[in-house]
Amino acid sequence: MPTIVVEVMPKAELLDPAGKAVAGALGRLGIPTFSAVRIGKRFELTVDGEVTEAVMAEAQQLADDMLSNSVIEDVVRVYVLEGATSGAGA
Amino acid sequence: MKVGVVTFPGSLDDRDAQRAVRHAGADAVALWHGDHDLHGVDAIVLPGGFSYGDYLRCGAIAARSPIMTEVIAAANAGMPVLGICNGFQILVEAHLLPGGLIRNDHGDFVCRDQKLRVENASTAWTNGFTVGQEITIPLKNAEGGFIVDAETLTRIEGEGQVAFRYLDVNPNGSLDDIAGLTNAAGNVVGLMPHPEHAIEPGFGPDTPDAMRSGTDGITFFTSVMQSALARA
Repeated sequence: MPTIVVEVMPKAELLDPAGKAVAGALGRLGIPTFSAVRIGKRFELTVDGEVTEAVMAEAQQLADDMLSNSVIEDVVRVYVLEGATSGAGA
Repeated sequence: MKVGVVTFPGSLDDRDAQRAVRHAGADAVALWHGDHDLHGVDAIVLPGGFSYGDYLRCGAIAARSPIMTEVIAAANAGMPVLGICNGFQILVEAHLLPGGLIRNDHGDFVCRDQKLRVENASTAWTNGFTVGQEITIPLKNAEGGFIVDAETLTRIEGEGQVAFRYLDVNPNGSLDDIAGLTNAAGNVVGLMPHPEHAIEPGFGPDTPDAMRSGTDGITFFTSVMQSALARA
């Protein structure tokens, strides 16, 4: 079954304490290559049937209204997962 | 007067809130998140806890639960609604109060007797205080950092919608030390600290007079009874 992926990130200008904590751990591990870490969310929406334009519009609406909070987060991407390799398996 | 306390899956302080309501002299009515019935209450408390496991975002799923249809309609019609901690997060997610609440800037859970300054004493839940009054209310959260865009912050500061500010210590990185908000009408109030844990000597925060003797929280509940009398 097709899967639509919604990616949500904390707003760039806002503090991301979880990402900062991971970045701090990288420093303690002696990994200087990565200077910053930001943590976001990935939703996988399974669709029973064909992904039409209307279904994509509905996914975008859901992403804006519920899956993200526009005060603190941005929806960065809504797309169809090609090759049906979702984390949930077959 | 009947004050409803909504229990969501994962609510922790619903019984404490009911007890605070009774201690103030009102009747506490248990409301259930899955119902579409406010059982004729005159005011509503959304209690603290971790509704729906705080999945998605704190308060996000609770804000879309069945009873919130009625809570939002009642709030917009002027019924007093108090959101405590997770309840504050629910009010924000339900767009009854502005802004958002994110993980504490230091990344840790914090539990302390928190000093606050009352900034607005004309709301349904704060009319028993005076502006500038310093009170102590227990605070316990990991995601109490209040944030909002600069334009909205200027507006809510200018229009007196900041109800409480943290004193001495900003425990979570909240903008402008904001601990609690009211809506423009003054019937909806949300705050991160827990007034229901400071209502009875022997069980409240420490004060200079005696251990656990702090009862500043009871004023929230007596205030709403006073506002109901004034409205009647």
